[in-house]
Amino acid sequence: MKKLLSVLLALTLATTLFACGQKQATNTTAENTPAATDAPQVFKVGGIGPITGGAAVYGQAVQNGIKIAIDEINANGGFNGYQVEYHFADDEHDAEKAVNAYNSLKDWGMQLLIGTTTSSPCLAVADKTSADNMFQITPSGSAVDCTANPNVFRMCFSDPDQGIASAQYIDSHNLAKKVGIIYDASDVYSTGIYEKFVQEAAGKNFEVVAEEQFTADSKTDFTTQLTKLKGADADLVFLPFYYSEAALVLNQAKQMGYAPTFFGCDGMDGILTLENFDKSLAEGLMLLTPFSADATDDLTVNFVGEYQKRHGEIPNQFAADSYDCAYALKLAIEKANVTPASSVSDICNAVKSAMTSITLKGLTGDSISWKSNGEPNKTPKAVVIKDGAYALAN
Amino acid sequence: MDFLTYFVNGLSLGSIYAIIALGYTMVYGIAKMLNFAHGDVLMIGSYITFVFMSQMGINPIISVLLAAICCTFIGVIIERIAYKPLRGANSLAVLITAIGVSYFLQNISLLIFGANTKSFKSIVTIPPLKLFDGQLMISSESIVTIALCIIIMLALTTFINKTKMGQAMLAVSEDRSASTLMGINVNGTIAMTFAIGSFLAAFAGVLLCSAYPTLTPTTGAMPGIKAFVAAVIGGIGSIPGAFIGGLILGVLENLSKAYISAQLSDAIVFSVLIIMLLVKPSGILGKSNIEKV
Repeated sequence: MKKLLSVLLALTLATTLFACGQKQATNTTAENTPAATDAPQVFKVGGIGPITGGAAVYGQAVQNGIKIAIDEINANGGFNGYQVEYHFADDEHDAEKAVNAYNSLKDWGMQLLIGTTTSSPCLAVADKTSADNMFQITPSGSAVDCTANPNVFRMCFSDPDQGIASAQYIDSHNLAKKVGIIYDASDVYSTGIYEKFVQEAAGKNFEVVAEEQFTADSKTDFTTQLTKLKGADADLVFLPFYYSEAALVLNQAKQMGYAPTFFGCDGMDGILTLENFDKSLAEGLMLLTPFSADATDDLTVNFVGEYQKRHGEIPNQFAADSYDCAYALKLAIEKANVTPASSVSDICNAVKSAMTSITLKGLTGDSISWKSNGEPNKTPKAVVIKDGAYALAN
Repeated sequence: MDFLTYFVNGLSLGSIYAIIALGYTMVYGIAKMLNFAHGDVLMIGSYITFVFMSQMGINPIISVLLAAICCTFIGVIIERIAYKPLRGANSLAVLITAIGVSYFLQNISLLIFGANTKSFKSIVTIPPLKLFDGQLMISSESIVTIALCIIIMLALTTFINKTKMGQAMLAVSEDRSASTLMGINVNGTIAMTFAIGSFLAAFAGVLLCSAYPTLTPTTGAMPGIKAFVAAVIGGIGSIPGAFIGGLILGVLENLSKAYISAQLSDAIVFSVLIIMLLVKPSGILGKSNIEKV
């Protein structure tokens, strides 16, 4: 009996392991296997981001956004007359895995990189691309140091820029008199935004009345922080962190009967896609994001329509940023007039200098240009959640 | 008034720690082992409730009961497979196995349910209690948790003191080999303990996720550790001790967040554990047993 049980158990374990192993194996064949082509008649563009794990929401959006852009570009003649091949590799939001993903894409023959999606893997990969002198543009790596190397550009705002832009927006739109802040003291993204926000807030027409922290180990109970903000009469609460914690904050505030305006940054994007989330909690929530899916210009309408057709959901800002990245590459490559026959390093040097002289009309800005330090120049838009969907705030 | 709000919030957080700590303390008291996987059984219980309630649309109360039954089986199976073969082994081996089981459960639910956060709908639908013209709000989840915690504590105490099975548990906890000689089925008794502990874990999970409505595979990890601290402060092995320890911990955590620093609150909580272990290692209500060689 005992023997039988252990054999049975061993079998179950083996099947589970096999199942996991198999899943991973198919992943690698789908995304990483080098397709042996010697003729450099195509540009090979790689993408990296977490398509499994806790940050999968972002990586999947980036993967899909680039795919849509590349398909459109190929249908219209490609980069500078050459077709584009695209492969995306999973990094599970892990710096080490991102480097592995980068190496396997390099084996495949990648010439240009769109990625990585999240900041800490981006920092690791940026060192590698710098050593190889490969051109890299990150759609959403917002940490300041992501673009420290001259070969790395970014599409999204950096953390400090988001803090500054948020303070300016609240000031210029007279959103509040008294502002309270809750931030994650154990997270670079959150503290980065918080510090700049407070600096920028000095001399504005609102006052920061309370600054409250939490840490990664105590991110479930926010009632104490909310009670303090309520006690300080904050009429706007700034939440520079990710949506999964923000969902808790909104819930607990409602239970306390505290209803200020909540204001978030790009990490808040995705709150409406949280499974089973009571969307009425987010009613009136504002967030600063460069992209709004219900804008009425042709570019946005087409993109949103195509994304919905392919994936059955409304694209978020990450998808839009990555879509713009592919078009920025196209513009810069055509401006520099490079061909796939050039070496990776030559392409990088040419594209790098072309980047500062292009202006892109994209989903996340009407005229996006780049400084030589890799930072984009674009105006942020604020969206407000109305009836469970994003609407442009005026 | 602010102090009262912090205090009440602390009580509701503490009552959740208490309900988790009841499971810890029971298993420790009777099987003499730290079941570190308790927090993860709780997480599994929440996921099962989530599937029944939100994805299949079954009535919340029935979902919770179904989840509790599933957890009971999971608890017994874990005990049978992972802990029973180690009955004679030293306690370190059992402890490491428990940590292994904890990681196993976390990763298996990562595989089944995915890593994306799920939003949990509260099973409590009563409006919050308002006192002093709405200046003090006590959420309905807290009231239900505290009430349920007291009910469970009383029920467990009665069960242990009044029933034959409960007496067997006491005997096993006192002296395992002597109980075997007296004709008590020790393995059966320990399995029963795990069944009850895991049954309670499902309730704790649902209450935890009702109060803090997000669900991920690591939801049970930190509350599990805090509840363990609560059990130790209250005197591990003592059922009223777990309740008192949980409440003390919750209030302490919230007050230090409010008046000292939110960043330091965990450090303060764990320092209390260290001080407790230095001053009174058996905890507030624990019996100090001298280890016999």
